Formats: sequence, C-alpha cells, structure tokens
Amino acid sequence: MITNSIEIILAIILLTDIVLVASSRLFHCIKITAIQGIAVGLLPLFIWDWSNSTPTLQLWITSIVNAGIKGVLLPILLSKAMRHSSIKRELEPLVSYSASVFIILIIITASFYFSQFMNAPATDICRFTTPTALSTIGAGLFMIIARKKAITQALGFLMFENGISIFGNGIGIEYGFIIELGILLDVLVLVFIMGITVFNINREFSHIDSDRLNQLGDYDHSKQK
Amino acid sequence: MNWFICFLISLIAAPLLVGVINKIKALFAGRHGPRLLQLYYDIFKLLKKDRILSSTSTCIMELCPIINLGAVIVATALMPMAGYESPLGFNGDIILFFYLFALGRIATIFAALDTGSAFEGMGASREAQFSAIVEIIVFTIITFLALISAGGFSLDLLQQISISSTGVGLAITPLLLIALAFLIVLLCENCRVPFDDPETHLELTMIHEAMILDNAGPDLAIIHYAAALKLWAMSGFLVVLVLPSVIVNGFVTICCYLVGIILVGIIVGVIESILARARFLKVPQLLLSAFTIALIAILLLSIFKY
Repeated sequence: MITNSIEIILAIILLTDIVLVASSRLFHCIKITAIQGIAVGLLPLFIWDWSNSTPTLQLWITSIVNAGIKGVLLPILLSKAMRHSSIKRELEPLVSYSASVFIILIIITASFYFSQFMNAPATDICRFTTPTALSTIGAGLFMIIARKKAITQALGFLMFENGISIFGNGIGIEYGFIIELGILLDVLVLVFIMGITVFNINREFSHIDSDRLNQLGDYDHSKQK
Repeated sequence: MNWFICFLISLIAAPLLVGVINKIKALFAGRHGPRLLQLYYDIFKLLKKDRILSSTSTCIMELCPIINLGAVIVATALMPMAGYESPLGFNGDIILFFYLFALGRIATIFAALDTGSAFEGMGASREAQFSAIVEIIVFTIITFLALISAGGFSLDLLQQISISSTGVGLAITPLLLIALAFLIVLLCENCRVPFDDPETHLELTMIHEAMILDNAGPDLAIIHYAAALKLWAMSGFLVVLVLPSVIVNGFVTICCYLVGIILVGIIVGVIESILARARFLKVPQLLLSAFTIALIAILLLSIFKY
C-alpha cells in the first residue's frame, strides 16, 4: 500500500511536469509548480517506513519546511515578480507548446529507459523514483532552454531542484535532507535575485525576454549597422 | 439477469446523468439550476412536436438520428455492466464498442452536411478533426488494456476492463493514468467543457450544438437522448475500469456501479465549473497531453513488468 502511495505521488509529479511544459499562462504555471513543490516536499514522509516507527522530528521539520518553501513561499515571491512586471503569459516560446509535449515525452521515455541500467539504491524504495527524478530534471532544463521569459526560466530552475530533491530522497543518504535544505537556500536566493532582475529588466526594456540580454554591454550593436 | 437489469437502468436513467452534471454546475455558480429530470421533460416535449425538415435536405437527414441512436444503444448493449458479461460480447468487441460511437458521430456529421448550411458544415469539420485525434488516444488505451488484460493479449471488453479484480493490483499507478486519459477522451467525445460548451449558442464556439441546429421535434429528442446514453455508457466504462469488480452479491455490485457513474457525473460537473472552454488551437495540444499520459502508462507497464 505504501509503495502504491509513493507511486501515485511520483505519478502526480510526472503529470505536473507535462502540464507545466504545456501551459502558457504564467499564473497557472506558478500554481502547478506550487503543487509539485508540495508533493516533492512531502515525499520523504511517504518514503518513510511507517510500519516500524513514526518519523523522527528532524524528518517532520525538514519535509514541512521543504513543502512550505517550495509550495507557498517561492510561488508567492514569483507571483509578486509576475505582477510587478505585469505579464500574464509566455507568448512566443522558442519551442511551441505541442512540440514541447513531444519533447517531454521523449525525455520521459529516455529517462525510464536509461534508469533501468542504473543500479541506484533508489530502486529499493520504489523503482519509480529514479526515472521520475531524471525526467523532472530534464523537463526543468528544457524549460530553462526553451522559454524566453525570466520567470519561466526561474520555474524551470525550481523544477530542476525538485528533480534533485526527488533523487536525494530516493537514495535516502544520511542527513541528505540537510544538504537539500542548503540547495533550497540557493534556490531561494536565486528567486530573490530573479525577482529583482525581472523587475529591472522590465523597467529598462518594458519586457522580460532574457534572450535579448546579449544586447547589453559597452559594445553597441546598433551603431554598427 | 443482473446484466439485463443494468441495461434497463441505463436506458431509463441515462438523461439523469446530464441532470446531475447541470445540478453540480448550478451549485458551483450559486444558482438554483434546472431540475434533475429536466432532460426528460425536454425530450417528452420535443417528442410531441412535429418534425420539420429543411427543403434542401434529403433522406440522409431523416435517417441519421435513428442511425446514431441505434449505434449508441448497440454499443451500450456490448458493455459488461457492473462486471457481468454482456450476452452480445465476443472476442474483439472493444473495437466494435468504440467504432459504434464513431458510426454515430459520422451519422451526425452527415446529417449536418446534408442541411447545406455553412454553419453546420463548420461544426461538422471541427467534430471530425477532434475525433480524428481522439482515435489515437483510444487506441493507445485499448493497447494498454490488451497488455494488462486477464487472459493474455485480449481484445475482449469484459476481459479488458475487469483487470482490477484479477490480482494485477500492483498496476494501480498506470491504471490511474489510463483512467485520467480516458476521462479526457470522455470529455472530448461527449462535447463537455474544455472542448465544447454544451450550453453556449455563440456561433464561434460550438461544435456539437452547431451540427444539430436544423433538427427539430422528435429528431432533436432522439439526438439528445443518444448523447445522454453515450455519456452514460462511457462513464460506465470508466467506472468498471477503475472499480475493483469483485462480485460480492448482485445487488451491492449494481449499487456500487450506479454510485460510481453518478460520481463520474459529479467529477465532470466540477471540471466544467472550474475550467473555461479551451481555445480551438489549444484543443489538439490538450489531446496530445492525454496521449502522452496514456503512453507513459504503457511505458510503466512494459518497463516495470507489473
């Protein structure tokens, strides 16, 4: 039964990957990320073997802090940044949404195929963990590459971190959760910086397309022409 | 015997499911809403009226509602209700089951084209486009069910959808994914909200409503009834797919089945209340996501060998 509940949580995470890559409205994306963050944060409690003992206080604190930061705090910060820059949707992604769904399908297939050959200890807990972690990492990287807006790229980075977190939980290394809290701090700082950057890019250029950032610098491209 | 009771209940209670969905939507919107039996009143009212045919239409227009109704009734008769095998069942009937719905749809499309109205042609074109994409998902689902079915690679409807009782209990996750994909298929096939709004009469947004604008009187009643029966049959398929069909005793099983169908109606009602209709450009993308979900289920099944 416990294995089934882990599998269902992991399947929910996979589904959020697909929905995130396929949706264009930013607020919707942020909500989906929040759901994913809560699922990833609570995952250690599901992995815990309840039949022997109840989880330690350390585990309760780390997973609730994890879920709180990923599921509540970061989405609030991101939606604030979104409201500051007054953009609602990603209009011109570098890769179209239907193509994105196909690419995510390829990523998921590949990660399921290759994780067969990995003798990760994660398979002891649930054989589903490693492929889900790999495909979430892949989907996050894809979001960073294929979207222009700075906020969507920050979302991609969050997904990437979620993937690492799933992988760490699956392996279950001792004090792994503390390391993850460290990573989480990095992500928090990243989102702060992103929020400030988004605001500044927006004020400077009246859009937040980060692919035009290469026009910055001393060398002026427009004078060349 | 139990099967016949279920079949009779399906034929009688099908319009009730539409009533349940409308009640849930009204609850969400804070309205009083139409009565639960509203569709029955509508059908009886329409049956009393005269049949009016457009002067440009031919015999296709007259025949097609009947063909539609017949196809849907036969498809319902193929269903193993509440785990009991249908007397019409044979090996491979799952393909017939889905293609009878396709026959009903093509009859509606022909009737729409026969009226000669450009508007109905537009509706027919949309319906044909979406159902073409849905077919891929349906076949992925059939493949999954055939892989997991009780007696090896089986295309028998009963064998396929009574899997949860045959000790394949470990395959819950792929089964839930398949159920999700089938729910999306159900919404698209029955013209429910993310794909088509059954209540709208805006010319740019409707699909199914656009095709039946020229039908009146008994024809319209037949079309409404066939649509309700199709929704009932597909909800029943979803219920038998998900529920473990351990036959405890006849009465309890039938009750569980009916409660499950009403539950599907409630889920559809909630989905309709919280979602807006997707833009037409978004629809293929949504269906593509359903296809991806179904493929992932097959992937899980084949890699992990449940």
